[in-house]
Amino acid sequence: MSILVYIESSEGAIKKTGHEGTSYAKALAEKMNCKVTALTINVSDTDSLKECGADAVLQVTNADLKHFEASVYSNIIAQAAKEVSASVVVISSSADSKYMAPLLAIELNAGYASNVTDLPSSLSPFTVKRTVFTNKAFCDTTLQTDVKLLGLSNNSFGVHKNVGEAITTSFEPVLKPSSVQVDSVEKVVGKATIADADVVVSGGRGLKGPENWGLIEELADVLGAATACSKPVSDLGWRPHSEHVGQTGKPVATNLYIAIGISGAIQHLAGINASKVKVVINNDPEAPFFKAADYGIVGDAFEVIPKLIEKLKAFKAQSA
Amino acid sequence: MKILVCISHVPDTTSKINFVENDTQFDQQGVQYVINPNDEFGLTRAMWFKEKQGASIDVINVGLAQTESTLRKCLAIGADSAVRIDAEPLDGIFVAKQIAAYVQENPYDLIIAGRESIDYNGGMVPGMIAGILGLNFVTNCTHLTIDNNKATAEREIDGGKETLSCPLPLVIGGQKGLVEESDLRIPNMRGIMQARKKPLSVLPAFEAAPDTKINTFYKPAEKEAVKLVDAENIDELIDLLHNEANVL
Repeated sequence: MSILVYIESSEGAIKKTGHEGTSYAKALAEKMNCKVTALTINVSDTDSLKECGADAVLQVTNADLKHFEASVYSNIIAQAAKEVSASVVVISSSADSKYMAPLLAIELNAGYASNVTDLPSSLSPFTVKRTVFTNKAFCDTTLQTDVKLLGLSNNSFGVHKNVGEAITTSFEPVLKPSSVQVDSVEKVVGKATIADADVVVSGGRGLKGPENWGLIEELADVLGAATACSKPVSDLGWRPHSEHVGQTGKPVATNLYIAIGISGAIQHLAGINASKVKVVINNDPEAPFFKAADYGIVGDAFEVIPKLIEKLKAFKAQSA
Repeated sequence: MKILVCISHVPDTTSKINFVENDTQFDQQGVQYVINPNDEFGLTRAMWFKEKQGASIDVINVGLAQTESTLRKCLAIGADSAVRIDAEPLDGIFVAKQIAAYVQENPYDLIIAGRESIDYNGGMVPGMIAGILGLNFVTNCTHLTIDNNKATAEREIDGGKETLSCPLPLVIGGQKGLVEESDLRIPNMRGIMQARKKPLSVLPAFEAAPDTKINTFYKPAEKEAVKLVDAENIDELIDLLHNEANVL
């Protein structure tokens, strides 16, 4: 019996979800009295996994795995799970993990719970808490299979310092052929993405036009934040669809979500509800977002944002 | 080309979410049910294939009799026939096994489902159908073209998008982008009349067991009222975010 956690990486660097998943796996392993094995693909420096509590690392290095392909990656994870006789496999809620999870569940004959937000409340029966109704409710779900696959909600458990042994061994899976071919990847580089940023700054129709997005970007730069937008803004073509957050767009589960000029339609709120702290800036005190937010400023975005940028710069300079 | 669109029958986005029977069941009282939005984008893209390239469209749902109104709406939008597998949709794997068993007997070139349903948000069914049947699979699909037997699909990834290609048959998890919201169709009277005559067959469930069971539902704790900060006093906001919320 053991726990396998799959570690996501980008250009060889471990993503925050990898550290969070390892921290979660370690806490679960203490309950289950077993070991945690982390699986990496094309990552050379695995030391940080030890600090999150990994007892062993299976390290896959293979130039043919340069691009993520769901059926190939899920097959490698299944091979690793069998190698370590994993009874629980932990993955994240990133777009890639959610893509491969159902394939992996079938390969492992595992019951799969997605959007898991906490450690199991009971090990026998194995019961976890997950979000349903697009973050408007939770449910306790029992997994009845021998092997369990858990998709941990991003930013729900956090990264914790632990002590692990982290003995790294190289792992050489057989690569399954795939007829799905990755032709091209277009990705923003060197900029925080909505999926893994700690702060997201989001703009709505209140910004009046795409020419005013410089303000949103400047505020995001000061905060090291990703930029996002509401549905009308993406529908109007002011911003690309990849920035649209909400029910039909991307989900956001960040530490700080700042909504500027967004009224807060129920579909928008559903997509950002999982964020920890929500700040709204809007000139309409009746905007529904004020009911969902933790902090709010009623005011004109074009007056408030430049001041906020200036004050934040001073705050950052002082705390640096 | 034969297309199968998998349809979830879900509460409308604006529905009040409440639970009954000791919080073990969703409260359906007064709830309006709709085609799952992610499935509707897929169905509308299927209509595009039908009209521009020639295709037949079947829709399928795993559910009890009450979901037939949603299937009829799909027929009114333009699907050719509907299948309801007569079973309570117990969990993602149960639904996927039902649809996979149906597809094994009735092969399709393209199977479209939504990337996730807006009620249980499992994100399981399309991938599990592909996994069970060993078919090619692309989810979070925002664009799809088919040329001869070859599909080219765009997938939204964290921080961008990628383009994938593969031969048919293919299963996709669709979402907005496959078509735009403005392309969605409201059934007209003619469509509604025709839908009444189109075949809707009801099949008994295939032998399958669920892997999971929902024990209880609960709602998040009531949120405290928003703390308003004066627009002239930005320092206070920074102080609250730094010292109270610990996010700066």
